[in-house]
Amino acid sequence: MSRDGAQTAAFTNGRSIELDAIPTLTLEGFEDAVLDAVADGERVAAMFGAAGERAAEMLLYVVLASDHENRLGVARTVIDAERFPSLTPRCPQVHLFEREIAEQFGVRPEGHPWLKPVRYHRSWTGRDAWGRAAHEAILPGVTEFYRVEGDEVHEVAVGPVHAGVIEPGHFRFQCHGEQVFHLEIALGYQHRGVEQALIGGPGPRSIHYAETAAGDTTIAHATAYCQVVEALARCQKSARAQTLRGVALELERLANHVGDLGALANDVGFLPTASYCGRIRGEFLNMTALLCGNRFGRGMVRPGGVGFGVDDARVAELLKRLEDAAEDTAVAVNLLWDTPSVMARFEDIGRLPKQVAVDLGIVGPAARASGLSRDVRQDQPSGIFRFAHLPVSTYDAGDVFARAYVRWLEIQQSTDFIREQLSAIPSGEVRVAVGALSPDRLVVALNEGWRGEVCHVAITDFEGRFGSYKIVDPSFHNWSGLAYALRNQQISDFPVCNKSFNLSYCGHDL
Amino acid sequence: MLKMIYARMQQGHRTTKYPDGPAPQVADRFRGAPTIDVARCRDGCRACVEACPTGAVTLGGKVRIDLGRCLFCTDCADACPEHAIVYKNDYRLAVGVRSDLIVEQDTQILSLAAAMNAKLLKLFGRSLKLRQVSAGGCNACEADINVLGTVGWDLGRFGIQLVASPRHADGLLVTGPVTRNMELALKKTYDAVAEPKIVIAVGACAISGGPYLDHDQVRNGAEAVVPIDLYIPGCPPHPLTILDGMLRLLGRIEDGTERKPAGQARPADLIAS
Ligand code: SF4
Ligand code: SF4
Repeated sequence: MSRDGAQTAAFTNGRSIELDAIPTLTLEGFEDAVLDAVADGERVAAMFGAAGERAAEMLLYVVLASDHENRLGVARTVIDAERFPSLTPRCPQVHLFEREIAEQFGVRPEGHPWLKPVRYHRSWTGRDAWGRAAHEAILPGVTEFYRVEGDEVHEVAVGPVHAGVIEPGHFRFQCHGEQVFHLEIALGYQHRGVEQALIGGPGPRSIHYAETAAGDTTIAHATAYCQVVEALARCQKSARAQTLRGVALELERLANHVGDLGALANDVGFLPTASYCGRIRGEFLNMTALLCGNRFGRGMVRPGGVGFGVDDARVAELLKRLEDAAEDTAVAVNLLWDTPSVMARFEDIGRLPKQVAVDLGIVGPAARASGLSRDVRQDQPSGIFRFAHLPVSTYDAGDVFARAYVRWLEIQQSTDFIREQLSAIPSGEVRVAVGALSPDRLVVALNEGWRGEVCHVAITDFEGRFGSYKIVDPSFHNWSGLAYALRNQQISDFPVCNKSFNLSYCGHDL
Repeated sequence: MLKMIYARMQQGHRTTKYPDGPAPQVADRFRGAPTIDVARCRDGCRACVEACPTGAVTLGGKVRIDLGRCLFCTDCADACPEHAIVYKNDYRLAVGVRSDLIVEQDTQILSLAAAMNAKLLKLFGRSLKLRQVSAGGCNACEADINVLGTVGWDLGRFGIQLVASPRHADGLLVTGPVTRNMELALKKTYDAVAEPKIVIAVGACAISGGPYLDHDQVRNGAEAVVPIDLYIPGCPPHPLTILDGMLRLLGRIEDGTERKPAGQARPADLIAS
């Protein structure tokens, strides 16, 4: 597919492909395939290891997304040594994937500029990329950190337990006075072994792992999981179910975007919008509960469709609540743009330049706020989004304001979308039976969650069970964007920069 | 400025009157405490047990559900051919004794949490400062704890406040299954709180490990590391369930705290291990 004869197998979002159809390249061929694709503007949606045929062997997979051509490419290579040449110096967006592979499989990407653990756990293979002995304790955050030396340079360390009701993570700032030279973020405190536990599935817990991969992204992760299962079982879900999934996904976006705008207002001390949005977010969560009984959408998305249908009365009630909440949101949010003291704290703070966003593989509103037209609903559409097109909302400043403003644009788009979909909801079953999964296949499911691309990749074994299951939460791509955005900012700007990304710890740590 | 005044008027007064007035309505599809009608069970049927993702349903002569493990997914109820298990709308679920989270045929009603003892009530009854520790999990429990701070709920009016340091706190509010990577941080945070102190476990994760029960990476809940005074089940618990639990601990809500008749108080060994 790429230039110079480097081969990947082409397929699309939510379709499975036979393992035998995936080219197994030489190491050089694999490198060329990745580098050529990225040079052509493709993205690395996932790069991961999987058990090879022999114990000492690892299969290295890459999933490349060509957003302009609405297609995906996949390739693999066999790594049978304890090391392989790192691609990171030539392709920065794989830096964390390579660290993850080193940690999980004990294989060293040689030449990686900053090869540290990601989640601080023992490897899956018994080999250790850092040569740590089996009896040596692996403690989170206990590692080398990047340090700036010099007169008046000091280090600020924060976490894992933070001041607010927030997930744990450790932040190290290298500061000169108030100015941040460098921020390094150490995560892994939320690691609970989700990917490993999915191997051998599907089982009774599988859907619940998806729903709790990142609890505020339940619908997007559960939808990706179900698309994986449905593709492997060749199951056709109804248009009605797909519509309801889309409505639930956009409600999830609304709740989180509105909540984030309130939290941003709070971080700059603008309490009216903070308190209004805090409440309105709850109204959107309650709309999700109206659909399925749970404010985070637990139970809504199920293999074969959705767990709950709607009748006319419920649709009418949803539409009424949507209008009320939309009106309250508009009043609350527009106060932000009309208040100079807020704008002064949003504009030109935490800039993420477009090219950096491309290099780091940033996704979601953070990418769109840096001027990238990158949205799975447009680029790799599945489900209802193949029929209903949402305009992609972008802004090019790349600062806190842009990330806030893109959310506001998306709030309006999502509201319109839900209104339209609920007003003309197709009839039919909401859930159909799902059969056994086909063996020896690979499937990729991408969804635009509210933080960006949610990517699930499953590989089935010869019995149709998950031999490998990879989850890439958007936060996995975007934490580096936050670290970059802090460069040369005041340390007191951290809260507002952080909130403008509002990334998931558990989604990263899985 | 005028826009701000207009916005203030437009948004209105939104704080719930609860607990003095009626509780806010939960959604009709909300899943609260279950009931079990064992008379309907077919001989040899294990459908509910096999459907449950967390081993919360056990059959030791009769069906029991451990709400400490329950995700309120209704997979058990959906699997039951006789519709013997029904998840009802009651949001009141918080208990003070772990074994009180086990529901079975004869004792459908939970013995809800009683107030803390008189000495603690004197100290904390009008001012309870809590430090939240997030220790694994999916962050939905944290999100619905945060909701209690919004104007809709206004937790501060009960004298309950979430504080930034364990040194300022009277107790901990723990979420998550306690990952190995958070075990030490939880212990240190607990140790940093001055005596006397209380611990509240919020969510299936913090009570039992929840969806991550028995993973090598987790400690199956906070009890492995710190003693717990209040268990608030759910995945995640509704904000109303959390608030109801806290108000019970403070003695502000007292209905439903009756102990089960003697002989039916269930020993801890009924909790599936
Ligand atoms: S509702 Fe609770 S007891 Fe029933 S299957 Fe789900 S987790 Fe198990
Ligand atoms: S109990 Fe459920 S909602 Fe709460 S953290 Fe655990 S998985 Fe998330």
